[in-house]
Order: sequence, then structure tokens, then C-alpha cells
Amino acid sequence: MKYLLLIYQNPAARQALPQPEMEALMGEAGTIMDELVETGEWIGGEALADPSTARSVRVRDGLAAITDGPFAEAKEQMVGYCIVDCETMQRAVEIATRWPEARLWGMEVRPILSPNGVEM
Amino acid sequence: MSSAPVEGLLREAAPRALAALIRRHGRFDACEDAVQEALLAANLQWPERGIPDDPAGWLITVASRRLTDQLRSNESRRRREDAFAFSVPRGDVEVADEDDTLTLLLMCCHPELTPASQTALTLRAVGGLTTAEIARAFLVPEPTMAQRISRAKQRVQRAGARFEPPPPSDAQARLAVVLHVLYLVFNEGYAATSGTEVTRVELTAEAIRLTRLVHDLRPDDGEVAGLLALMLLNDSRRRARTGPDGTLVPLAKQDRSRWDLGLIEEGIELVTVALKGSPLGPYQLQAAIAAVHAEAPEAMDTDWAQITALYEVLERLSPSPVVRLNRAVAVAMVDGPEAGLDLLATLDKDERLAAHYRVTAVRAHLFDLAGEHDAARSSFLDAARSSTSLPERRYLEAQAERLNSPGFSPSRCRSDRNPLDALPE
Repeated sequence: MKYLLLIYQNPAARQALPQPEMEALMGEAGTIMDELVETGEWIGGEALADPSTARSVRVRDGLAAITDGPFAEAKEQMVGYCIVDCETMQRAVEIATRWPEARLWGMEVRPILSPNGVEM
Repeated sequence: MSSAPVEGLLREAAPRALAALIRRHGRFDACEDAVQEALLAANLQWPERGIPDDPAGWLITVASRRLTDQLRSNESRRRREDAFAFSVPRGDVEVADEDDTLTLLLMCCHPELTPASQTALTLRAVGGLTTAEIARAFLVPEPTMAQRISRAKQRVQRAGARFEPPPPSDAQARLAVVLHVLYLVFNEGYAATSGTEVTRVELTAEAIRLTRLVHDLRPDDGEVAGLLALMLLNDSRRRARTGPDGTLVPLAKQDRSRWDLGLIEEGIELVTVALKGSPLGPYQLQAAIAAVHAEAPEAMDTDWAQITALYEVLERLSPSPVVRLNRAVAVAMVDGPEAGLDLLATLDKDERLAAHYRVTAVRAHLFDLAGEHDAARSSFLDAARSSTSLPERRYLEAQAERLNSPGFSPSRCRSDRNPLDALPE
């Protein structure tokens, strides 16, 4: 089963982190990624540019309203994601638990819909 | 010459060659590389020069030479390799006996590995599928699958797995793992809808081929026969399982004239013999249930009383919430939806399945059957929300939608409502 791990940060709080601490965090994530590549559980993932660079798109009655900034007005914003392929939700949660952002802000784990169904 | 016979021969000979090499040298990785090179050579040479009298022997000879060359080229190990090279008389290689393939299967299904790794390694080493093919079948990137396979090989090596059959005290338990892995391989292929994923049909074919092989080696094992029968009976419905647009067709609505009678006959024969002559086991019972479905000319002719009885035995023999769930469906068909709902209620405290959408889906169907449309509709929507399969979610939403439509008439739709629709076969 594949799971999407959504990585959240509070951009303001992140900005306030001293550079060495920030580098340590990225190193931590890098270690986990290497380990997941090693176990064959890593499918892929990317870091996202700052939420302030986002555009939100809503089409209402045929009219597109495009606004600057992310969709949700929350302090925490999605800053990256990864996709893992693992045996259970429990394992996916275990991976997310180790991500430094889980400690500082939050992670979300969502199963990815399988494109093939079981017999009904 | 067509390449099809060559490919078939290679698929059979490859695991025997690999087994022979590992038996002698014990290095899974190096042996597998050598066999791969030999296979490549065979693919190039056989269609032109003809198939050798002893394909497995040919592969072993060529692979042994490659292995020797490979080890020789490693300067730091020269001394050991020289000794080894002399110990392998060229052109004088024994062909592995058939049992070696079973030993190889047991090695790939080592209990130290996760089911996903066991499956991948089995398909790679015994099934002879390429890493790319396996990756495609499991919808993961090729590097991921390559890592998984190479890690599995290392783990087997580290676990100290020697190339020899397990001690008799372990043999039955280890064989059970092999059967489970073959069952998973089959299901991985079987659960796929039609469409572009053609390789998934190869997975069911490969699972059947390997299970046949194990059955040939262990003809008196009732569970091996039962598993083979179960696969054949399920596979017999393949053509009827998908509509022209690729959507899944539930068992109750399948066009039974499209079922493969040859496979049904073979499956029924296998399970009948097994049930008479061997200790009863879960695969035999599941095959027997599949056989009862296969024997019904129309869905309405299904002998649900017999299926209920078989599920009772199955639950006593190997209790699981999934078996209980299936039994609830059968009970509903015999004693009415309320009896099924009562049995389903006993599952609510079972943590393993309590929140599982399948319980909710079956409950929705039983409410529907009992005429409780509001409860049915909200259960269908609940189940749809928690399903992780796209076609299934669409199907469940369609069921909820049907109960919502103003023109809905219970009598018109009665034939559409079958709790079996909520279950995997």
C-alpha cells in the first residue's frame, strides 16, 4: 500500500530557526530518505517552494479567481511531501513520526487510492 | 523459430540452474547474475542454433563459466577462485533434480523476510520475471523494486540460509509460507482490473505455474492441491469479471457463459480428490466454496446452505474476522439479512476489522436487502469514504446513489442487491 506523507511547517517559525539547526533538520530528513531507499520503501518526494510563492485557483460560475498565497489560511503550511510504499499504515506512521517536522509542527499520513480494485 | 518455446523452456530451466549454482557456491547474488547472463546468451543463441537437448544443463554450464570468470576477474580473491575454478569440471555438470526448485522457493520465502520481499524475490529468482516486470506489476518504480530484491537477497544470506531443504520439523511450516506467497502473487494479479496492466495477468499465470510445479513435487499434499484448485476456479471467471469499459462485474452479475469450463473442471477435480484423501485445510475449504459457486448455472441457483456449512468448518479450522464476514453473507442468503446482520455485529468488537470498510460495505448490502434504505445508504457512503481502492469506491458510491434516486423502486432493483457484491471472491 502506498502512503502520502505530507510535511507541514510554520514558515515564520522556520525562518526564526538558526542556520545550524535548520541544516541539522534537513540532515535528519536526508538520513530517513536514505534508509527508505535502502529498504525499498521510498517511492519519491519533493520539497515545495515557500508557501508565499503559491497561487490559489478557484473557478466559480465559469470565472477563475486566482489569488496569491496558499489555499488554507493557517500558520502551518505544506512544505513538501513524500510517497512511501509500505506494508501497513502503522509502518507509514512510524516513518512520519521520525520526520523532524513531526516534532516541531506536524505530519499527515494518507493512504493513496489504489487504481485497481479487489473483486466485489 | 518463434521465441515462445524458448521463453517457456528458459522459465522452467532458469530456477533449476540457479538452484544448482547456489547449492554449489552459496552466493545468491553472484549466482543470480551468472544465470542472468546465461539466459541472455540462451536468448541469443537458441533461436539460431536450436534448443540444446538438455536446456537446464546448458544453462548451468554457461552460468558456471560466467561465475568463474567473474570471480577470477576479482584480483583480491584470485587464490580462492583458482581453487574453486578447478573444483568445477567444465562440461561435467549435473542437472539439478526437480526438488531443487522447491528448495529455492523455500529459500525465497524465508521467514526473515517481509511478505512483500518474499513475493518479489520469488518472482525474480523462481519466476524469472525481470525486475522491471515485477516493479510494473506492483506499481512501484524500478529502483525501489531493485532495492527490495537486493535487500531480500542480503537478508537471506545474513540469516544464514543454507541451500538445503529445511529440517523435517520445519518443512510443513515453511511450505505453508511458500503457499501463502504464491497466494499473494495470484491475488496481486487477480485484484487488477483489465486495461493497460497486462503484466498483472502474467502474475496470475505465474502463480498458477509455480503452484502447479509445487503440486507436481508434492502431489499428496492436500493444501497444495487446494491452493491450485482455488487459483484455477478463480481464474476461470477472469473473462466475466470485467465489463467492456473495464469496470468490475460482481460475481452475482457475471455472465457465466464466459467462465472457462476447462479450468472449472480441473479445479473441481483437484479439490474433490484432495478433500477425500488429505487432512482438511483452509485452501481446500476455500476451493470447495469456489467450486460451489462454479457449479451454479445462475447466481440464484447457488447452494448457499452448503457454502454456509463450509464457512462454519473454515472458521473452526482457521478463525479470522474475514472468514466471519464471509460467513455472515452466506448466513444472510440462507436465513435472511437480519441473521447476517446479527452475525456481523459480533465483529464490531474485533479491532482487526472493526473499522474496516468491508464490514461497513457488507452491512450496507444487508440493510439494503432488509429494506432499510436510509441505513443502507449511509453505510454505503461510510464504506466508500474509507475504501482505499478507486473502483471499489466508485462502486459503493453508485450503490448509495441508486438508493437516493427518486425513481428508486425496491422491487425493480431486488436482483441488483446481493451482499456478495461487497466481498472479494
